[in-house]
Order: sequence, then C-alpha cells, then structure tokens
Amino acid sequence: MSNLTRSTVRDSLSVAVTVGTYGVAFGAASVAAGFSVLQSCLFSLLTFTGASQFAAVGVVASGGAAASAIAAAAMLGTRNALYGIQMAPLLNVKGWRRVMAAQITIDESTGVALTQAPLGVSAMREGFWITGLGVFLFWNVFTLLGALGAKALGNPASWGLDAAVPAAFLGLLWPRLQSNFLRLVAVASMVFAILITPWLPAGLPIIATTVVAVVFGWRAR
Amino acid sequence: MSSTAMWIVLGATCALCFALKLLGHLIPESWLANARLQRINALIPIALLSALVIAEGVVVKTHLVIDHRLAGLAVAVAALFAKAPFPVVVVAAAVTSALVYHLH
Repeated sequence: MSNLTRSTVRDSLSVAVTVGTYGVAFGAASVAAGFSVLQSCLFSLLTFTGASQFAAVGVVASGGAAASAIAAAAMLGTRNALYGIQMAPLLNVKGWRRVMAAQITIDESTGVALTQAPLGVSAMREGFWITGLGVFLFWNVFTLLGALGAKALGNPASWGLDAAVPAAFLGLLWPRLQSNFLRLVAVASMVFAILITPWLPAGLPIIATTVVAVVFGWRAR
Repeated sequence: MSSTAMWIVLGATCALCFALKLLGHLIPESWLANARLQRINALIPIALLSALVIAEGVVVKTHLVIDHRLAGLAVAVAALFAKAPFPVVVVAAAVTSALVYHLH
C-alpha cells in the first residue's frame, strides 16, 4: 500500500468510526419516539442519512403528523441528490455498483472524497467508498446498540433522552455554521420556528422553516 | 401515532431518501447550474436543523415549554463552544437534563 493510499484510508476510517458512533444517539432517539428496535434498525439500513432519520423520528416524537415527518426527512435528503450529481462522473459506475454508490452518498463520503482531490481521482474514489461503507457498518451497529439500550432504560425523560435529541440536532448544526451569514440564518430559523409554533399543527413549523432558507438564499451575496 | 402510521413514516422516509440519492447519480451534471437553487439548497439543512432544535428542545405539541430539556441544551451549547466531540455533547446534555428532571 502506497503512502498516498494509506493517508486516504486513515482519513476515511477515522471519519467512519467517529460518525458511526452517532448511531447510538439515533437508535436511542428512535426508540424514545416509539419506534421498535427493528424499525430503528431498518431506518439506518435503508434510509442511511442521519439528519433525515433524526428528523423523521423527531417529528413523530413531538406529536407531528406522518406527512410532516416524511416531508422533513425528504427535504433534508435533497442535499444527497446534489452530492450524487458531483460524485457520479467521478465514480463512473453502472448497475448494482451505482445503486450501492447512491445508498452511501452522504455528507461524509462526499466530504472525504472532495478533500482527497489533491491526491488524484483514484484517492477520491477510494475515500468515497471506504468512508461510505465504513460509516454504513458502524452507523448500523451503533443504531442497534442505542435502540437496545434505550429499550432497556425505559422512561426517556428519566435518562435525559428527551434532551439528547435536540442536543444531537444542535451537534449536527454546529459544524455547518462556518460564517456570520450562516449563523444569522440559524438564529433567524430558530426565532421563526418559535414564533409560528403556537399557530400551526405540531411538526408543521419544522417544514415551514424552509421559507427562511428560501428568503436568505434568494439573492446572491 | 398509530402503528400503521409509524410504518408509513419509516417506509416513505426510506423510499424518498434513497430515491433522492439515486436521482443525483442519474441526472446530468449540468442540472447543478442554477445558482439560486444551489444557494437555497445549501441553507435548507441549517434552517431545518435549527427548527428541530426548537421543536425538540422547548416545544410540547404546539406550546412553548421551558423544562429540564432546556438545561440540557444549555450544557450542549457550552460543550460545543468548548469544541467537545459529538458524543460528549449529547451525553452531557442527557445527564444534565436527567438530573434536573429528578431534582424537580
């Protein structure tokens, strides 16, 4: 194995292990929302995109309608489509490999692939596959552990699980706030969500907040 | 929510999220060209995650409720400012919230 490859493998695996362990938080949140251990594992195996999964179970936990939960998850999933558009020409795969590549097209696999650009196309491909498959493995194992753990614990509030969920969202949001503009968008979204909460059915304010993204993204800055 | 509705949430979420991923691999790169769409799409996760923090942290059904969860969130903010890793942030929030819940 060349030095070049070794650094790509190291980057990919460290991301895969770190991100995979977040699966504990998802498994616990999902069971706390009322989903079974089996359903929680199916979420991670088949949806396999953290923010969307958290959103779906989060809306259910807050008493929102099924349509709100599905819409919030799908809205958060649209960025994976944009990643796919960038990754497809790079990976250049067909048939079942393309289906597999699509399933592991997430923040982390795309992120690692793009950061390997200085090392060339083969390092980018390697980064994509090792990170994507690595996160898939760890994310699913840790989802099962989190779901079983939450099942054994019982009352979510008694163990702080009801605060772990918003803290997890905050933890997913925090690294994205790279500029004052993005921090402003986050604060505006929170204020907007607080203002509309008393006026809309549960779960709907979450989707309605996409309006803030449209307003701030409308004009170039 | 009924058990059927929960299976629908699970099934539809899985199907839509996979369809979106596959769509990205099937449509040509030129579709990325619309700058406005790209800007809005980049902001959507920030808006939704922010709204989810509120919905899960200070809302019960359609009411704003200040309770033990907010104490957990405050500790999460402090941990994030201190550059704590994700699991530490979540566990610190959970432990704080559980303590306040039992003391209350």
